[in-house]
Amino acid sequence: MDLDFTDSENAFRQECRAWLEANVPRESLPSGDTREGFALHLQWEHKLFDAGWAAVSWPKQYGGREATLFEWLIFEEEYYRLGAPSRVTQNGIFLLAPTLFEFGTDEQKERILRPMARGDVAWGQAWSEPNAGSDLASLKSTARRVEGGWRLSGQKTWSTRAAFCDMAYGLFRTDPEQTRHRGLTYFMFPLDAEGITVRGVDRLDGDEGFAEIFLEDVFVADTDVIGEVNQGWSVAMATTGSERGLSLRSPGRFVATAARLIDLYHRYRDRSDPVLRDEVIQAWMDAQVYRWFTFQTVTRMVQGESIGPDSSMNKVFWSEMDVRTHETALAIVGEALELDEGSDSAIDGGHWMKGFQFALAGPIYAGTNEIQRNIIAERVLGLPRK
Amino acid sequence: MRFAFTDDQNMLRDTVREVLQRECVPEVVRAAWEGSPERARAVWDTLAETGVIGMTASEQAGGMAMSELDLVLPLEEAGYAALPGPIVDTVAVGIPLLEAAGTDAQKERWLGPAVAGKARIVVSLGDQSIVAHAVSADVLIAERGGAAYCVPLAEASISVERSVDRARELGRVSFEADTQYQMRQDVDTTALFMLARERAALGTAAQLIGLSRRMLDMAVQYAKDREQFGKPIGAQQAIKHRLANALIEQEFARPTVYRAGWSMATSAPDADINVSLAKIYAGQAAKFVAKEALQVHGAIGYTIECDLHMWMKRAWALAAVHGDEAYHRERVGRHIL
Repeated sequence: MDLDFTDSENAFRQECRAWLEANVPRESLPSGDTREGFALHLQWEHKLFDAGWAAVSWPKQYGGREATLFEWLIFEEEYYRLGAPSRVTQNGIFLLAPTLFEFGTDEQKERILRPMARGDVAWGQAWSEPNAGSDLASLKSTARRVEGGWRLSGQKTWSTRAAFCDMAYGLFRTDPEQTRHRGLTYFMFPLDAEGITVRGVDRLDGDEGFAEIFLEDVFVADTDVIGEVNQGWSVAMATTGSERGLSLRSPGRFVATAARLIDLYHRYRDRSDPVLRDEVIQAWMDAQVYRWFTFQTVTRMVQGESIGPDSSMNKVFWSEMDVRTHETALAIVGEALELDEGSDSAIDGGHWMKGFQFALAGPIYAGTNEIQRNIIAERVLGLPRK
Repeated sequence: MRFAFTDDQNMLRDTVREVLQRECVPEVVRAAWEGSPERARAVWDTLAETGVIGMTASEQAGGMAMSELDLVLPLEEAGYAALPGPIVDTVAVGIPLLEAAGTDAQKERWLGPAVAGKARIVVSLGDQSIVAHAVSADVLIAERGGAAYCVPLAEASISVERSVDRARELGRVSFEADTQYQMRQDVDTTALFMLARERAALGTAAQLIGLSRRMLDMAVQYAKDREQFGKPIGAQQAIKHRLANALIEQEFARPTVYRAGWSMATSAPDADINVSLAKIYAGQAAKFVAKEALQVHGAIGYTIECDLHMWMKRAWALAAVHGDEAYHRERVGRHIL
């Protein structure tokens, strides 16, 4: 066991810190979940990519710098410590790309990865359907075989930022004779194709962060199928594993949130009572504990272990920690909590209420925490499914 | 960065696990509860033969000069088995204290026997007078008025106190703070006792994660075996989610304890804060798992016929000793706020 970073890991930290300190916008950008903010975030992504920071762990040929997993975590720590913009490319970089690396053809990787990481092509996910949420395998959208490709029909929903995206990916039923996990195929499709209608949906915080996608006989070429036809479920599971595990939620952002909470506590200390003080301490400790749990997990991955259903524990922990941390912050903010973004008197620009509303999504997306707990009970503890 | 134990450390854990699985079965814990600690003493002897009891002693003293990090896994196993006896006091705290601050005569008399498993050391830190296992141990190392004493328990006065965990054999100890018992004065005993407190908290945290794991194993097994409404109760989501929550609490406490062990072994500047995190999370997890395990067991868990209660009561006791949550949270608070 060596819980110090190595010299080369420290050098990597210095390198990303220097670049980020020189380049992170001084003023925070408008929300990336609005049309205007999304465009500004994409410009930031171009800048990140051109300097080689958009996808640090990727191979160099696709614009990465072949960073180790620990270096990636270090990058994330520095990124969030400086309050750099949220990553609007994450549905591509962290969800689709791992699937492409594992199942994609060389042609697909060559065509898709660099524009994805630079934000030249923005990707949204299209998993859920109106009647297939937690029970994703009950999805109804279909793909019909035609000359040279497929025709996609159906309805997808809760697609993050899809109202502003160029492309999306999701599962469609290609074998109508099969049910549930069998007979599904993983497709990529352009959101401006003929037969597609995208309708933005305002989220809890009022931003147009969601969208519904309606597909009517949309043509998709064979080259936009990932993996084998009818094997889409197992192809997709590779992505959801990384979504609920490490990829989307490295510890850096929670450590940074805890540091901002402590700063808030100091500024409004006169409002605090011993209970709040304890909650602030607990929030800081939770972030630390999550960080070390992650380092332990990453060591297992580096040693070649597969994490599998253990990643569900991460997801439950960080999502519920994030809600608690924001609840504590709002308790410190007090009655000013209702002052929304754009209100002159809002504390920290209404950031805490905004963050709280965002945090509330955590226990729901990427597989609800109820589903995660079922996975933990059945696949880690071995309890009977029925 | 590499957050994993070495093969040697894992092998030592496996050895301890095998010994305890074979010898420290629940009947042994139960016998210790009922005033028959003989079989538990025999387990201690076996552990001494494997070198675990003397592991922190120097090689010169017949030990393996092992660090706080090396200690964590064996102590976790001791918690898993609810091993009766002062293993943290003797191995994590007492032997290093005796070696660092004992006079030649004190070391001559106690160090060898302690390493060999023949003498059991208990420790009283910060003028605390109620000492676990004082009733059956052989020698007490105590901090009184800033000075260090090494007192044969046969020469001390001990009144028995009743712990909710009978196997802890609590005693209220008093002795004449006489120069004949005093330890070396040419060493910084204040610093040594500060270190002793960290070791005690760390060792206790390690036991607590072992206790959690055992209680969870018991509850999972029960949930698989027990049938109601024609199926195992573990097939019900209400039960699954309780046990999933218990696993999460336990699994996040675990690296927290390991990190504290590493911090102490490397004398990291924030070692005390990491020990506090370890004690808090291990204590919180053990109490949480205890509650969930009891609920999953239902009425049978609420009896002393079911083994679970011995682990629960140990967990309650250990979560509170060597700094409870409030104490350690305050220490963290002073550091970060």
